[in-house]
Amino acid sequence: MGDINGFLKIKRKEAGNRPIHERVHDFSEVEQVLNSEDRMLQASRCMDCGIPFCHWACPVDNLIPEWNDLLYRGEWKAAYERLQSTNNFPEFTGRICPAICEHACVLNLNQEPVTIRENEVAIIERAFSEGYVKPTPPRIRTGKKVAVIGSGPAGMAAADMLNKAGHKVIIFEKDKKAGGLLRFGIPDFKLNKSTIDRRLNLMISEGIEVYTDTKAGEDISADEMIKGFDAICIAIGAGQPRTLPVEGSEFSGIYPAMDFLTRQNKINAGLSLKDNFLSAEGKKVLVIGGGDTGSDCVGTALRQKAVSVTQIEIMPKPPLQRSSENPWPYYARILKTSTSHEEGCHRLWSLSTVRFVGDGKITRGAEVEDVIWENINGKYLMKPVSGTRRVIEADMVLLALGFVHPVLEGLISEMGLELDNRKNIKVNNAFSTNIPKVFAAGDSVSGASLVVNAIASGRKAAREIDKYLRST
Amino acid sequence: MKTEELSGRGLYRNEFEHDSCGIGFVAHIKGKKSHSIIRQGLDILNNMTHRGAEGADSKTGDGAGILIQIPRDFYLIQGFALPPEGQFGTGLLFLPKDRDDAAKCTDILLEIISEEGVDLLGFRDVPCDNSVIGDISRASEPYIRQILLGADVPQDQLERRLYVIRKRTERAIRESDIEQRDLFYIPSLSTRVLIYKGMLTSEQLGEYFGDLNDERMHSAIALVHSRFSTNTFPSWDLAQPFRMLGHNGEINTIKGNRMWMEARESLLKSDKLGDLSKIYPVIEPGKSDSASLDNVLEFLVMSGKSLPYAMSVLIPESFNEKNPISNELRAFYQYHSTFMEPWDGPASLIFSDGRYIGGMLDRNGLRPSRYLITTSDLIVMGSETGVQTFAPGEIIRKGRLKPGKMLLVDTEAGKIYQDDELKAAIANEYPYEDWIKENMVTLDKIEAGHIVPPNIGPEYDKYLASFNYSAEDIGRIIKEMASTGKEPTGSMGNDTPLAVLSHRPYRLFDYFKQLFAQVTNPPIDPIREELVMTLSGYLGSLQQNLLDESPDKVKMVRFKNPVITNTYFDIVKNLRYKGFSSSTLTMHFEASGGADALERALEQLCQDAEKAVDEGKNYIVLSDRGISDERAPIPSLLAVSAVHHHLIAKRKRMQIDLVVESAEPRQVMHFALLFGYGASIINPYMSFAIIDKLVKEKAIQLDYGRAEENYINSINKGLLKIISKMGISTLRSYRSSQIFEAVGIHPDVTDRYFTGTISRIGGIGLSEIAEEALIPHRRAYNNEPFSDNLTEGVYSYRKHGEHHAWNPDTIALLQWSTSNGDRNKFKEYCNKVNKDTASPGFIRGLLKIKNNPIPLAEVEPAENIMKRFVTGAMSYGSISKEAHETIAIVMNRIGGRSNSGEGGEDPERFKPDENGFFRRSAIKQVASGRFGVTTEYLVNADEIQIKIAQGAKPGEGGQLPGHKVDTIIAKTRYSIPGITLISPPPHHDIYSIEDLAQLIFDLKNVNPAARVSVKLVSESGVGTIAAGVTKAGADLITISGFEGGTGASPASSIKHAGLPLELGLVETQQTLVLNDLRRKVRLQADGQLKTGRDIIMAALMGAEEYGFATSTLVVLGCVMMRKCHLNTCPVGIATQNAELRKRFRGKAEYLMNFFRFLAEDVREHLAELGFRKLDDIIGHLELLERNNEVNNWKTEKLDLSGLITTPTQTMRNAMHCIDKHEDKLKNILDLQLIEEAHQAIHEKEPVKISKAVRNTDRTTGAMLSGRIVSLHGSSGLPDGTIRCRFTGSAGQSFGAFLCPGVEMILEGDANDYLGKGLSGGRIIVVPPQGSTFESDKNIIIGNTVLYGATTGEIYISGVAGERFCVRNSGATAVVEGVGNHCCEYMTGGKVLVLGKTGSNFAAGMSGGVAFVLNEAGNFDYYCNMGMVELSLVEDLNDINDLKDLLNRHFNYTGSKKAKMILDNFEKYLPMFIKVIPYDYKKVLQEQKLEELKQKIAGVELDVEYNAGR
Repeated sequence: MGDINGFLKIKRKEAGNRPIHERVHDFSEVEQVLNSEDRMLQASRCMDCGIPFCHWACPVDNLIPEWNDLLYRGEWKAAYERLQSTNNFPEFTGRICPAICEHACVLNLNQEPVTIRENEVAIIERAFSEGYVKPTPPRIRTGKKVAVIGSGPAGMAAADMLNKAGHKVIIFEKDKKAGGLLRFGIPDFKLNKSTIDRRLNLMISEGIEVYTDTKAGEDISADEMIKGFDAICIAIGAGQPRTLPVEGSEFSGIYPAMDFLTRQNKINAGLSLKDNFLSAEGKKVLVIGGGDTGSDCVGTALRQKAVSVTQIEIMPKPPLQRSSENPWPYYARILKTSTSHEEGCHRLWSLSTVRFVGDGKITRGAEVEDVIWENINGKYLMKPVSGTRRVIEADMVLLALGFVHPVLEGLISEMGLELDNRKNIKVNNAFSTNIPKVFAAGDSVSGASLVVNAIASGRKAAREIDKYLRST
Repeated sequence: MKTEELSGRGLYRNEFEHDSCGIGFVAHIKGKKSHSIIRQGLDILNNMTHRGAEGADSKTGDGAGILIQIPRDFYLIQGFALPPEGQFGTGLLFLPKDRDDAAKCTDILLEIISEEGVDLLGFRDVPCDNSVIGDISRASEPYIRQILLGADVPQDQLERRLYVIRKRTERAIRESDIEQRDLFYIPSLSTRVLIYKGMLTSEQLGEYFGDLNDERMHSAIALVHSRFSTNTFPSWDLAQPFRMLGHNGEINTIKGNRMWMEARESLLKSDKLGDLSKIYPVIEPGKSDSASLDNVLEFLVMSGKSLPYAMSVLIPESFNEKNPISNELRAFYQYHSTFMEPWDGPASLIFSDGRYIGGMLDRNGLRPSRYLITTSDLIVMGSETGVQTFAPGEIIRKGRLKPGKMLLVDTEAGKIYQDDELKAAIANEYPYEDWIKENMVTLDKIEAGHIVPPNIGPEYDKYLASFNYSAEDIGRIIKEMASTGKEPTGSMGNDTPLAVLSHRPYRLFDYFKQLFAQVTNPPIDPIREELVMTLSGYLGSLQQNLLDESPDKVKMVRFKNPVITNTYFDIVKNLRYKGFSSSTLTMHFEASGGADALERALEQLCQDAEKAVDEGKNYIVLSDRGISDERAPIPSLLAVSAVHHHLIAKRKRMQIDLVVESAEPRQVMHFALLFGYGASIINPYMSFAIIDKLVKEKAIQLDYGRAEENYINSINKGLLKIISKMGISTLRSYRSSQIFEAVGIHPDVTDRYFTGTISRIGGIGLSEIAEEALIPHRRAYNNEPFSDNLTEGVYSYRKHGEHHAWNPDTIALLQWSTSNGDRNKFKEYCNKVNKDTASPGFIRGLLKIKNNPIPLAEVEPAENIMKRFVTGAMSYGSISKEAHETIAIVMNRIGGRSNSGEGGEDPERFKPDENGFFRRSAIKQVASGRFGVTTEYLVNADEIQIKIAQGAKPGEGGQLPGHKVDTIIAKTRYSIPGITLISPPPHHDIYSIEDLAQLIFDLKNVNPAARVSVKLVSESGVGTIAAGVTKAGADLITISGFEGGTGASPASSIKHAGLPLELGLVETQQTLVLNDLRRKVRLQADGQLKTGRDIIMAALMGAEEYGFATSTLVVLGCVMMRKCHLNTCPVGIATQNAELRKRFRGKAEYLMNFFRFLAEDVREHLAELGFRKLDDIIGHLELLERNNEVNNWKTEKLDLSGLITTPTQTMRNAMHCIDKHEDKLKNILDLQLIEEAHQAIHEKEPVKISKAVRNTDRTTGAMLSGRIVSLHGSSGLPDGTIRCRFTGSAGQSFGAFLCPGVEMILEGDANDYLGKGLSGGRIIVVPPQGSTFESDKNIIIGNTVLYGATTGEIYISGVAGERFCVRNSGATAVVEGVGNHCCEYMTGGKVLVLGKTGSNFAAGMSGGVAFVLNEAGNFDYYCNMGMVELSLVEDLNDINDLKDLLNRHFNYTGSKKAKMILDNFEKYLPMFIKVIPYDYKKVLQEQKLEELKQKIAGVELDVEYNAGR
């Protein structure tokens, strides 16, 4: 374990972010990097708990106390190996994971948790810069072929694992570049896309083939795939956005968040746009939805020089501290202020959108109304507060309401995949769909969730696919 | 009923029985026979009644007996025509009650008598009065006759013939089909001695056997014994003395000793005894350990060895450098150690062959033996002094036997031989020293030809995987040991499933649990008392007939440590020394062949081993090197034990040694098991390969050699700890003694490969064992890319690792529910825990309860149930003040009881707080360290708990490092801040069951209102121990599961010592009900109890009360950091760090919620069960049944029927406690003292009292002090208020817990435990007026004086026994000579010794000062310099102190020695040595410096102040 008294001597020190006045002018990563000495001291705060609640909370089961200890001792390479053993892409989670682990850190009981997420990214970045991360293609090939459809974190993780198990893996990606939402959903100021390229190149050099611009179900038929591969892993994500069925929602000037974010990401990547660029420049922007995507919209809109940005959320404002109903070590449902929020944004809660005001195009903004939530027999029910209707001015509205399920047209319907009651792909414990050889993982199975959950799901699915392939 | 009939039902086994006793003898040194000798022998017994025990009917004794010379005249007078002296022999016969069976037995005997050429002279009816004995005793009373025999041959020859006759008859009848053959027994058959004995109390012996009262019966010797057995079913034949000896103690290594003796028989030859096959087996089957020892002693003597020789070979004293004995004697011991392993265990022995009579102690000398010699040529020896009274002028000398020493009287020559004379004679008989020098080589002195490197090449990863090395094995165990030289420490007990319950593969090692000593014999402190410990052994068995002595016997290799490096292993393998040769056999089996292949491979191994013996090899190397895809390793333990037992069965084991080369053993327990099942030397080559890799990777920052040495050292230390836990001193006797219980192995496997090992719940068979070896093997060779780790997460929780009962879900839910008062969440918690328990996490998870619901409203209220709740013993010190007091407040509020733990208690807590809450712990614990155990502490208890063992580390002591002892902790523990506090492994006043009875008696005296409880840890045999504890007078017994425990302990102890709660609890319940003792004692269970269902389970298994420790802490915020030992607890519980204590967020309300929820949960279960009261279900095992739905691949073969068997006796006997013990305080001396001191106690008016005192007056002064302190507090009365003068021999614990204002002067002598727990009083012991002996040469007080004393003074004009001032923390003592281990573990106080000291002075002494008069100039040799420094007395303060002590001593005792020194002070001063612990000195200096600083600061202040004016 780290220094047994580390947590008593050393205070939590975050790398911190670039100053707001500087960062809002570009799309470079907001977060900074701590020097190695400080990083090692931060790792020394880890207490190597008899029950590492962080490890329990982590969806990919990161062996956090173990690599924290190695990091503290300056054994970077060993720390990297330990980290890599549970997480295929620590460079992603180390940047954008909400760090459930830190919520569960024992130090978070009455102090500040260990900087687990930052430690993670420090280890993997050091490993890349020191050349510890080398292509390690499998020594033996099994002769089995697997198609992975979708190159988001779930697909990438599954592909990586299956390749390491010796199977031939081909990834099919409908976009021009691989990475899925990692690449096109998450703004560059949170995740620099060269990070994804670096990983993809590594995987390609280990023998994975990536076909981009290839839409499974269209460019290559389901039948062809089933015939041509020993197994198929569908990891197409949950691409169907939730809509807001109120008066005026069809107006122009109202866009799904992902349409907005993707375009900016493509521009940043130097890709040409099929559609028009959606610019917030000079606009009063209203972001509906208080989650991470909404926050990404805030940051992107600000960088596009929006005049003002308002973000509204239908749920009440979360408390600043844990309530007695939400104790440690569970994920803390408390107010989160992202770097984008810090950059300048009005945040309002308990607001329901009643209608949009305009005429085919948004003119004044959105009419909203206060709501209160009541707990009736354990269920929270929303009640509008009469007489509170008002209009929030906006000439651009971004809908960040989350996603409901995977896109059903195309592959899913063509293959005839069975769906569950939430219209996600239905799989059994072995990640197998109703179609033989066809497996599914990630958000397309579980609904939209965190990157780290997608990686975990891809890993587990790969294990089952491997078991299946070995048994055939 | 015979015990055999009771065995096999439930969990009780008759082999668990223990005993210990009062022993003594009286003899006329010049052999003058008289009846009065017999009379005096019986008197001795009567005066030791308190050392014996009675059964449930209070009339049946555990056994008493007497050995006398054959009273030939007695028979002549009665008209028997007898041949001359020496040609006549006799003995009693215990015959079956059934006359036909008796006749059949007699016929067999008579036939053998005639075959052996001896004449029957007749039978004599022995007058027996069975009206005096108890019902139980009468039920098994044999038909007793006496047989008279004669032959016209020399006496020695006749004696041997009688021996052969007896041995042959025993066997013939044993093997016959006579129904009542078990009742046949011959107490003695000899030309010299006659034994009367039976299942009697001491008093009954003389009443039952009319002969003994017949004035015409004469003898010059009388050797007597009274037995206190833990056992349930004492029988007539187990009474002592045996044919040659009486034994007070216990042979811990008995399994090994018996087995080796049996193995040896094939090699024995004796000219004197002729055809030995006639007398085999030497050891009678089915008898006690003492009986077996007697069998071997008798055999050696019959084959012509002298008594001193035989005793010295069987129970040798320590012969390492620390013991001051001659080189010849050292060589004698070493020579004989090569072919007789010590019979190891606490032993005070008396023995006689009719001419010689003597006594000896084992090397540890833990059982007292005192003697005196009178002017009328009498010698009296006994467990106590005062068993015979003599006028002061009659006594020539008073002495005691010293550890390892012997005393012998030759009644023919009229001479007393002291130890040195006796030993010199045997040591000089042959040139043993030369023989050894010429023939024996020492392994580490052999020049290594070349170094064998530790790495094993490219196969490393395969070995790692195949032998199932986890990251924890490497990182937490091997790395830790190689880096630090110590075993890793852990905290918070074990909450993972037993190996058999886990669905994961484990090593076979994990199915065995260490046994340990509790109550019936003391564990040893292997660090502080290392002088008795050794790991050395010999290799190259050239075993020949042990009965003849010759130089070539010692042609062997001696090794100091049995775990050896690759280089030395290479030497061992290639030894050609003196014609050594060996065979290497491979421990592999065909991987594809499964269990059949394993079985075949084992069979082959056994055959090959046998062949190696036949070929005359000296040792066999069992190796698992060379595994491959096809060849999987046989579990090394299985291979070793299989070969070992096969060779024993073939009578070929003595000829060969087993050497193991294995990748499997990695931690201490593994090595202990391999040695415990027969290995002599082990080379753990994989551990070395791993260390090599860790060194190369810089994970260990030492050079390889150092790391390897550290690893071996930590194994050695660990081995010493494991063997000492059982009270065993030498690895040689531990080897193959099988001191383990198997848990979860099928009897088919244990019976065949681990013969003699207990396995009570069945379990895995050979196929599962094979599978467990093959799972990791396949993983190693199959290249599976995503293989699960196998048994990771055993020490710390890992998500996909081993299951932990305390896991994030259970902890989070428990904290959530109790802090919010949310009963529904609590139910969620219970559901989760109960599901985990059935995973199965615990044995009880495999059981379900038969339900028959009634309305909840009918069930008794929660308040009643909460009264049965107690919290675990966690000391203030181990946990913070905040946590400790919160627990106490809650328990006092709900009517339960909290436990102080071993750490004293701040007297502030004895008063209620302003808000009416009590912060006082209702249970005050008395543990081996006796920290803060004062009179005041004890009188403020509702219950006093004697902690014999704790779940996490049974059999071990503890240590609170100095840096944790802050001012307040030091205050409550009566120690000094910064001084390390050591708790010894044993209570130094509990070496046996009768000692426990004594301590219970002591505590009841101090606080008659408190109940006394005894805490035991589950292990096989705990039920019989509990029976003994009940007989000793305990009101409550706690059975702790090994899974419990909150404190810091060695990781291997947490995992491998002790048994699950269920086994111990059920065994205890069954045993206590069987012998109807359950009615007198309450039972309490603790160990991972978490929910109402757990409580119901414990109730059904027999517990009335329930203990909670870990769960209590979790409710208060504990998150199982398992870092309690580091003082860094981040939630402010297990820490004294002020910063961290601020983080404590526990609240009394949380704990109130917890216990209420639990009680409600219990009520709901009771309603389900259909019972209104908890009392109604206690012990009702029939309400349990096996739940077959929760099995996994390993649990299917478990047989839990023993766990759910209700003894038939339950129809008659009480199932829970309904009675009280008989009041033993009715007639004690203190009642008179209290009456006479009434005015003094209440009005503080000074009083003087004079009394005669006897050894049967025990614990004098304690009740008086208890009374005073409960009235006046710890300050007691003004000095000199009560002065008592006693004359005579005082019983044990004289002056215990004496408080300020009470002075006791004893003119005479005293027994053990004088001044125990002295709390401010004054004790003075002087020889009686008129004595002629010199005070500084004669023993006047016993062992273990001032144990745990905190304040007060004692002055002894005479010599003390062993362990004077052990764990003294503040009393002042002056004495004129001491035995071994003086000032052991002392933490404070002052000691002046005006005479000789024994060995190991100041071992573990961390505080206080001692002055020793070093007249002989060799004190440094006797002093254990581990923690202290010696200096001359030069400091003026010291000189004044010394003078002051001398003056007081002279004033109080009139000591001649003190006078002489004072008169010649200048001459004597340079002879005084001051002994002071380094740490203590440092602390004193710091204190002085601090005072000085303050003085200077004061002066400066004055200066400033003055200047300012």
